[in-house]
Amino acid sequence: MSKKIRVATTSLAGCFGCHMSFLDIDERIVELIEHIEFDRSPLTDIKNCSSTCDIGLIEGGLCNAENVHVLKEFRENCKIIIAVGACAINGGVPAMRNHFTLTECLEEAYLNGVGVDNPMIPNDVEIPLLLNKVHPIHEVVHVDYYLPGCPPPADAFMKVLTDLLEGKEPSLPKEILHYD
Amino acid sequence: MSDSNNETITIDGREIPFKAGQTIMDAALDADIYIPHLCHRPGLKPHGSCKLCTVDVDGRTGSSCTLPATAGQQISSNTEDLNEVRKTITQMLFVEGNHFCPSCEKTGDCTLQAVGYHLDMLDGHFPQFYPRREVDASHASIIIDRDRCILCALCVRASREVDGKNVFDIGGRGTDARLIVNAPSGKLVDTDIETDDLAAHICPVGAIIIKEHGYEVPIGRRTFDLHSVAEPGIEPVILRKGKHTDE
Repeated sequence: MSKKIRVATTSLAGCFGCHMSFLDIDERIVELIEHIEFDRSPLTDIKNCSSTCDIGLIEGGLCNAENVHVLKEFRENCKIIIAVGACAINGGVPAMRNHFTLTECLEEAYLNGVGVDNPMIPNDVEIPLLLNKVHPIHEVVHVDYYLPGCPPPADAFMKVLTDLLEGKEPSLPKEILHYD
Repeated sequence: MSDSNNETITIDGREIPFKAGQTIMDAALDADIYIPHLCHRPGLKPHGSCKLCTVDVDGRTGSSCTLPATAGQQISSNTEDLNEVRKTITQMLFVEGNHFCPSCEKTGDCTLQAVGYHLDMLDGHFPQFYPRREVDASHASIIIDRDRCILCALCVRASREVDGKNVFDIGGRGTDARLIVNAPSGKLVDTDIETDDLAAHICPVGAIIIKEHGYEVPIGRRTFDLHSVAEPGIEPVILRKGKHTDE
């Protein structure tokens, strides 16, 4: 049996929508799992990448220090990094806070927002520090491929992984290239 | 001999007729040849600002929306080099504003987005500006979201040339350029714009939106969800991060 391709996935400043869309491949995952093995991923709950990952699927941009740490771990351990979805590519909806200062955002969410009970800005040491701005991942690490969409459709995930498994340059039919 | 009906120009090897006084762009559109563009609309005075329609005419480059067609011109448009430059321009338009397609009412009907698809744009490449721009929701039926404005001035021209009004203008220069409203308050509510005006509908992006109609057509069933901005020409899109001209 040939060695399986190791795939790691993570959701940084994302909503897990890309992961949900990936799982929309439904029963095709049965065949896919014959050829790939999931490494670090919310699907396996493995906490760190092994050093021999082939593909890293990154959902979400960078909004806090932990996101940057995780992204760097993926880049160090994955041969191929794919920016998955609008947030990884341009910051997406979380980056809409970039028009405002971090203080304004925290005050609106935790002090002055409608319906806030017991107003208090969280500052537990366990909580990763927020970055001043949300960044797309290519500003921090080299990205090999982009898979646009919010989320990319299940067929797009299938196509990209199938292409890579076949040793081909991943491509998408133009009609399923979307930014939304 | 000088009968204009017999005169032609050649675009990407295809010989097409043109009418006297017509621009290269309008002659191409009449012949169903797609040259990417954002700031042009037949019938409105050419603006020549978006530069997407730049073509090579007899060895020199120029905006096809402003260059008059002249008999015998040899024009290249759909070339790898020109499309690469067009993609760079489109990327700059994306990073300069706040173009978050998933949260925009215009998504799927947005020409900027469709041009991005046409040119196989996968990312913005350049650092995002994330500018903070003013929203004008003062009008009961029309909203201006400047986050998405690409300063094409189609609304400016439509208001003046078709609607017979003077609702919009572009104020400021360079990175300070912005869409302004010609009213003492600067607010849309204090103008004579109406929802039937061309200026209220001509925006190629989601900067001028008619309120309460944004989601009548579901995402996935919109114009550019179903059609290419260039129709036809369906080629697969390679997802690799390409080497950019500035690298």
